Amino acid sequence: MNLGAIDPVLLIASLMVAATPIILAALGELVVEKSGVLNLGVEGMMITGAICGFAVAVETGSPVLGFVLAAMGGAALALIFALLTQYLLSNQVATGLALTLFGLGISAMIGQAYRGVKPPATAKLNLGPLGDIPVLGRMVFSHDWVVYFALVLVAGVWAFLKYTRGGLILRAVGENHDAAHALGYKVVRIRLAAIAFGGACAGMGGAYVSLVRVPQWTDGMTAGAGWIALAIVVFASWRAGRVLLGAYLFGGISVLQLNLQAAGVPVPVEILSMSPFVVTIIVLVFISARQKGAAVAPAALGRIFHASS
Amino acid sequence: MNRRTLLGATAATAILAATGAFAAAHGPLKVGFIYVGPVGDGGWTYEHDQARQKLLAHFGDKIETVYQESVPEGADAERVMTQMALSGVKLIFTTSFGYMDPTINVAAKFPDVKFEHATGYKTADNVAVYSARFYEGRAIQGHIAGRMTKTNKIGYIASFPIPEVIRGINSAFIHAKKANPDVQFNVIWAYTWFDPAKEADAAKALIEQGADVILQHTDSTAPQAAAQAAGNVITFGQASDMGEYAPSPRVSSIIDNWAPYYIARTQAVIDGTWQSANTWDGIGAGMVGIGEITDAVHEDVKAEALALKDSIASGAYHPFTGPLNKQDGSAWLAEGEVADDGTLAGMDFYVEGVTGTIPN
Repeated sequence: MNLGAIDPVLLIASLMVAATPIILAALGELVVEKSGVLNLGVEGMMITGAICGFAVAVETGSPVLGFVLAAMGGAALALIFALLTQYLLSNQVATGLALTLFGLGISAMIGQAYRGVKPPATAKLNLGPLGDIPVLGRMVFSHDWVVYFALVLVAGVWAFLKYTRGGLILRAVGENHDAAHALGYKVVRIRLAAIAFGGACAGMGGAYVSLVRVPQWTDGMTAGAGWIALAIVVFASWRAGRVLLGAYLFGGISVLQLNLQAAGVPVPVEILSMSPFVVTIIVLVFISARQKGAAVAPAALGRIFHASS
Repeated sequence: MNRRTLLGATAATAILAATGAFAAAHGPLKVGFIYVGPVGDGGWTYEHDQARQKLLAHFGDKIETVYQESVPEGADAERVMTQMALSGVKLIFTTSFGYMDPTINVAAKFPDVKFEHATGYKTADNVAVYSARFYEGRAIQGHIAGRMTKTNKIGYIASFPIPEVIRGINSAFIHAKKANPDVQFNVIWAYTWFDPAKEADAAKALIEQGADVILQHTDSTAPQAAAQAAGNVITFGQASDMGEYAPSPRVSSIIDNWAPYYIARTQAVIDGTWQSANTWDGIGAGMVGIGEITDAVHEDVKAEALALKDSIASGAYHPFTGPLNKQDGSAWLAEGEVADDGTLAGMDFYVEGVTGTIPN
């Protein structure tokens, strides 16, 4: 065993990278669910974003453009879901699952030509003097722009939901769509916007996997990250700050357990392997359990809305 | 339903069944494949699918093939196999260790369908098993790794603690140790065959802790990309050549070549001579290929590796030749003794010198 081989600075730097795709996807899903829609297609939107972003970045040589198109790709797929569930009133659970299957399939098809291709590198952001701070500079201020973008987005979503009129309307639609409708809010349109936002976030999260974290294109490469994001939204009781906490916990422990294994720590590998799931769930459930009696899930979550009912 | 419609329905069913049987007897043979990952994984499943395409090219319209990608190991696999068998597939290749019990279960329900299970050890009248002696290729990788490492730390990304994977670790370790007595193996159990992000993280963790050679027993090329980003780290292609990462970090590879076996077994079904069997071929028979050793490897080392390959292929040398002890120090093979296939097939112990424990 050689714990000294684990460099905490590199460890924290890796956990910020490992958590970023989950933060993005979970944050998008948080907004979708706050508007009362359950979209289980996160995995499909992520993988579609992953290939859209990868293809565009390779063709244009610009990772930034890749991320933009990844967001649009994810949003486009989400709008299919929106069309089916909001206008054709299909079942959200079934449609979401179908979206995942569809996303996996279409991404594999688009990705045929991109196997074994290397994407242009996403540059680290130069934060000037901040990057020169010993320890902290390498740990926190040496990442690419998407890592910080995700953090800014967390703050943005939190502030939007808590302090703005728009956020209040979104939550009202998610809590009671009939009441919101009676007040004159365009329930379907608001949900459409939320679903598109969720798709864009998931798409960017997927592109982060294919452009930065791995970086290459392989079929099905998100390998369940979308499902983790979905679970984190629930365990974070639909709060942006806790989504961040959950994603960092999950990403951090995932990276930590691999490092502990590599260092030969005498803890059974089975326990290390399941630790990211167990610890994340326990911590988030523990935090959520303290707010007594509060029904945290949006009341209209997953319910179909039609103006006539 | 009154009696007349019942009779009518029965007659219709009988006719349908009869024409179905007719079609099955005279139509092309349907061959099914069950894959654990996507066909585009660039590794294990990719090679199985390449072999499927060669099979199709060989037999032309005499056969039809169907396949299902990314089938989870467990109850889902049983459903997929059952579905294939019900749809008239007469030969099913199940290409991952975790399909072992599902294959046996489904095979018991369809005695006239032949099953071929890769890398397992349970057979039945209509279930054959086949695998390749990948540990022969691991010996060559271990030798190159031992000679190339400067930090004396070799990282190994393992998938699941099954005999197949443990054999690979042991074989690589024995030959790395022979080439370089100071070498140390750090093993990470990823508990997945395919998860590029996790494989990349595992490779990064190993590299950050000083490993400058990464061996992988997972299916994606993500560790290759991580090694490339780190620089000064070498890797080996796993299951497939992964030649897009040559000449460095990928310095050589183990390539699975399933096509000859698939063609032979399909021919046997067509001829009606198929029998349950246990096939385990290596470099000599061509089931295990060694990808080109690139110029990133010093000439001497390359020559040694090729000599080792030739001696294994000809049968002159067995990678598990004594004296060898188990990890706990107890004797396993005496001087000059060669491991028997039974022990290798069920290998559940590390050889002496490997650190860490095998998870249960």
